Amino acid sequence: MTATMTTRPAEAASARRERRRVPTVVLVLVLSGILLLSIVLSVTLGPADIRPAEVWGSLLGHLGFDPTLLGGDVLSPLRDGIIWELRMPRILTAAAVGAGLALSGTVMQAITRNPLADPYLLGLSSGASLGAVAVILLSVGVLLPVAAFAGAIVALLATLLLAGAAGALTPTRTVLAGLAVSSFLGALTSLVIFWSATGDTYREILSWLLGSLSGARWPAVAIALGALLLVGIPLMLTGRTLDAFAFGDNAASALGVGVNSTRWLLLSATALLTGAMVSVSGSIGFVGLILPHAVRLVAGQRNRVVLPLSALAGAIFLIWIDTGARTLFDPRELPVGILTAVVGAPVFALLLLKARRIR
Amino acid sequence: MTTTNPSADIVDALSAPGQDSLSASRLTFTREGKLVIDGVDVSLPVGSFGAVIGPNGAGKSTLLQLLVGTLPADSGAVLFDGDDLLAMKRRDRARLVALSEQHGDGDTGLLVTDVVLLGRTPHIPRWASEGPADRRVVADALTAVGMTEFSNRPFDTLSGGERQRVQLARALAQEPRLLLLDEPTNHLDVRAQLSLLSLVRAQTAAGLTALAALHDLNIAAAYADSVIVLKAGAVVAAGPAASVLTGDLISDVYGVRADVLEHPRTGRPLIAFDTT
Repeated sequence: MTATMTTRPAEAASARRERRRVPTVVLVLVLSGILLLSIVLSVTLGPADIRPAEVWGSLLGHLGFDPTLLGGDVLSPLRDGIIWELRMPRILTAAAVGAGLALSGTVMQAITRNPLADPYLLGLSSGASLGAVAVILLSVGVLLPVAAFAGAIVALLATLLLAGAAGALTPTRTVLAGLAVSSFLGALTSLVIFWSATGDTYREILSWLLGSLSGARWPAVAIALGALLLVGIPLMLTGRTLDAFAFGDNAASALGVGVNSTRWLLLSATALLTGAMVSVSGSIGFVGLILPHAVRLVAGQRNRVVLPLSALAGAIFLIWIDTGARTLFDPRELPVGILTAVVGAPVFALLLLKARRIR
Repeated sequence: MTTTNPSADIVDALSAPGQDSLSASRLTFTREGKLVIDGVDVSLPVGSFGAVIGPNGAGKSTLLQLLVGTLPADSGAVLFDGDDLLAMKRRDRARLVALSEQHGDGDTGLLVTDVVLLGRTPHIPRWASEGPADRRVVADALTAVGMTEFSNRPFDTLSGGERQRVQLARALAQEPRLLLLDEPTNHLDVRAQLSLLSLVRAQTAAGLTALAALHDLNIAAAYADSVIVLKAGAVVAAGPAASVLTGDLISDVYGVRADVLEHPRTGRPLIAFDTT
């Protein structure tokens, strides 16, 4: 027995492959700091020049404090309106949507053990698109976010029923059912657009399909932030359960995790969260697919670490991307979904090149 | 065969009640209309090392899955120290029974210590973090399999034998009283096979009850106190390796001819296959 335990010479060299980890708490605190800073800084950016002191003053004023506290400025109603009615809700919506999508993507990838999974895996974006397009083109008499959310939920139910019809909700069945529902609803959406869109509505539809935060006001903040707090925070705490799936359904089950019930619960929660986000912003791509991977390349694969970090990174990422979308080509505005990919893909490519370990 | 050593007790449904740690009776399981496990009985005394052998498709893995509860048995009972395992809550059962499977293709990105910590899943409250006691159990499990220096290495960079030892540590971190191993020596070189099974035997000597599905008859003969032979989902023989593993049985179950010799050093059965 002792003979089989001796260390081979090669192992001394491979000890260098050991990893030192930055404590999670430090990473969370640093990212939280960056998030707060990003919110304040991005409010100052835009066609109207606004100083941080004015942001601070506006914030204090609306929270019922003396605006001049700690060097805050008193603002004219016009400038206060720009901060409080236009930029602030838009930035907070961007933060909540970014966090929600990154969180959903992380859970989807873990629960299906598929690195290509994203929040729209269950056909949510095509369902939401159909709902939105129906409102824009067919004058269905409901608010656009309501129709988009309803569309997403219909798609979710269709996918889950299709995938779960044979009993176990396995990753492969889930992905394939999502694909079927996605293609079908996508085709319906295209049909509606092809049949009834006219010049003016094309741009509106395209901007929605690519994702845009230009219309985000306080009601959007309420929806996105509310969903993040109610569904996102509990999801963030499921890391240990997700980690138990690292070696497959069987291993998770032998560790005492109810595989099927967990998958139903997490897929539904993720879909609710994504549906709420899509209803206020359209289907912004890339964030939910790539950010979880970027975080894993830096912080390792443990889901209970990746979940909170993805949420923070997603919030920061979307704030800056949306700031770019509204300021880069001012006065024209880009759909934010174009920029997420244009900026995010090269950053991800760099990370991929640095991480040689990924096969 | 008469013996006073309890760990070498004849292992079948007839052994005296109260002595068995694991006792499964009349287990059946049907998959897509086909009877995969057909009225199987298993009983193992406390601290013994049992082996399930049989050709591919005989139902070895399925039997282990029924015992650990990852597949639902159609009928039958599994008692462990008198407790009904199948009626238990999943989490409670995971504190009593651990399953170690083959994971050759894992690309998990987890460190060795993270993998072993997974074994604490049924012990740590769902919304809580692991505590110092959990970390101590993980460290002890790594020590038990001789993998302490590998704690901070990515699991994916380990060799097959090292991975299997980490999976064993993961199962030990569950602090189970029954350990099930599904073909633990597959794809391992000889040294890694012997090393792994010695580790399991050290655990059974300390009171753990172990049941392993094995392909290699000589490995089963060398390490197991008792052998259960499955053919087409049913038990065709069960008992001490020396009395079960005969040329006739091997010919009947595997369809190959073999002579069963005696190992010159250990006195255990040694199977020489007829390859002429």
